[in-house]
Amino acid sequence: MAPDTALMREDATARVAMQATTESRRSRIALILCATGFLFLFLVLPLAAVFVEALRQGFGAYLSALTEPDALAAIRLTLVVAAIAVPSNAIFGVTAAWAIAKFEFRGKTFLTTLIDLPFSVSPVISGLIYVLLFGAGSALGPWLQRHGIEVLFAIPGIVLATIFVTFPFVARELIPLMQDQGTADEEAALSLGASGWQTFWRVTLPNIKWGLLYGVLLCTARAMGEFGAVSVVSGHIRGLTNTMPLYVEILYNEYSFVAAFAVASLLALLALMTLVLKTLLELRFSSPHGVARH
Amino acid sequence: MDVRIINVRKEFGRFPALHDVSLDIRSGELVALLGPSGSGKTTLLRLIAGLEFPTGGAIHFGGEDASLTPVQERNVGFVFQSYALFRHMTVLDNIAFGLRVRPRSTRPSRREIRDRAMELLELVQLQGLDKRFPTQLSGGQRQRVALARALAIEPRLLLLDEPFGALDAKVRRELRRWLRELHDKTGHTTVFVTHDQEEALELADRIVVMSQGRIEQVGSPDDIYDHPNSPFVFGFIGESSALPVHVQDGQVQVADRPVGILANGCGDGDATLFFRPQEVEIVDGPGPVIAGVVVATRRRETNRRVDLEIGAARHRIEIEVPLDRDIHGSGRLALRPRRWKLYPVAGPREPNAGNQVEFVD
Repeated sequence: MAPDTALMREDATARVAMQATTESRRSRIALILCATGFLFLFLVLPLAAVFVEALRQGFGAYLSALTEPDALAAIRLTLVVAAIAVPSNAIFGVTAAWAIAKFEFRGKTFLTTLIDLPFSVSPVISGLIYVLLFGAGSALGPWLQRHGIEVLFAIPGIVLATIFVTFPFVARELIPLMQDQGTADEEAALSLGASGWQTFWRVTLPNIKWGLLYGVLLCTARAMGEFGAVSVVSGHIRGLTNTMPLYVEILYNEYSFVAAFAVASLLALLALMTLVLKTLLELRFSSPHGVARH
Repeated sequence: MDVRIINVRKEFGRFPALHDVSLDIRSGELVALLGPSGSGKTTLLRLIAGLEFPTGGAIHFGGEDASLTPVQERNVGFVFQSYALFRHMTVLDNIAFGLRVRPRSTRPSRREIRDRAMELLELVQLQGLDKRFPTQLSGGQRQRVALARALAIEPRLLLLDEPFGALDAKVRRELRRWLRELHDKTGHTTVFVTHDQEEALELADRIVVMSQGRIEQVGSPDDIYDHPNSPFVFGFIGESSALPVHVQDGQVQVADRPVGILANGCGDGDATLFFRPQEVEIVDGPGPVIAGVVVATRRRETNRRVDLEIGAARHRIEIEVPLDRDIHGSGRLALRPRRWKLYPVAGPREPNAGNQVEFVD
């Protein structure tokens, strides 16, 4: 019985504390209305508009807009780019976080800042960097051309730009987590005779798996939705170098609104799915068996 | 297994953590590394384990130089202060980890690993908890799992970093007794780090007192407590009172008056007089004494502690007085230590120097 009453008392004090800090009833309602109104106007309404516009001419038109060869090519390209960019950044993110969180070395702060760079640089500039680096006028350009390697206006350029823009997601997610966990678990594994690989697969990776998944999820969403950087390097060749976001823009500029919104609705669905998964992961994080975090 | 630490130095960047430390650990011994935080005791333990490598000097394991052997190959059981249990594994999997990561040629069969882990679980008295996760255990239970996990690899040496640091006082006392029994049963050469002098005195065969990256004194608990060889050790082990004094013509003086203590061999000049609060006698009659003004009294279980201010400098010391003695608020009290030690002040720092004076009445 004792723990029960203790719990009840705790509950009661919590309620008292809440009363002491809460606003009056009227201002509470006003605040809630304000927030929901804002959310409705800027999030729900546009999202609904995407689906309404996409289905304006019925489900048949919607489906045929999505199964058009150019649309399918755009979807395929987006998936391919994500399939290359996300694993690369996952591997990079884990190694960078590992290095930063578990070792002391010169230039550590610099590396941390460098990882954040893509967040602070405008995506258009990121794309432009690649144009300057690999374009015909660059030092590398003629050499690439001679060897028949296409970077710009081709898939490699799009992948590079996407990797650059989504660079920080996994690393940013893992660095604080791994710093928090310290090195004692790894040291324990090593002292028990485990090799470096065994320690990584059996101890480190399980410890960070939820954080890693979360980072990968955000990275995927961004990789598929990226517009600015990809727009600069892609060259907008229909059926070849158009990703979904680029294809949406083209369709819209051609006044084929139904098709544009149909493709956009896929991206919107992706965003919603990310949101649901993210919430699920966060629940998992805060559960007692999940990895303690934040 | 014997461990020899020979002139080991360790620097972290420019920060020296250990200066020229030498120590012999004998096979089967239970040794405590005792010192305040920052004394280098944990660094020394990690060097023995191979989690750090010495900047200079050597560490020998049973005759062979192990200074550069990586931790995986040293075969030492290390119990971390935070236990460092693998949180995604059950208790059984945690204990079995060290056996499961062995290369196939030396790895026991699945069945043997399981049986061995269950045996160890029994040894640390946690039968029935094999399927629990570390988060479902109490601090004392986690500590035992960590110990079982370290013992699973049949280590040549068992190292424990502040093994009872995170536990409450009662569990701590129980585990202390239990660890001593376990050590006597298994006979592992064991080194543990602690900042708790009581723990070191009660548990260890030998105590290594450390301060500021140096070993101050090595000895049995009796040696360390009864014959501390430096003011630091006297002050750190057990309770003590220290009083600045002056030595003149072989007599100890406080505020220019002799107090009835001979300075046997301690040269003239300033010195510090150390004694235990419980080893003083209250003097009522005339004669040379240390006299002070009572500034505070505290009741303890079987006696009373009194704070005295001595002389014009109002230097504060603590002494123990029997309960039946009437102590007035700010009355005066005269005392003479029954046992004391005199350490000359200043001069070059000489650890383990023999120029101190010890006296037992």
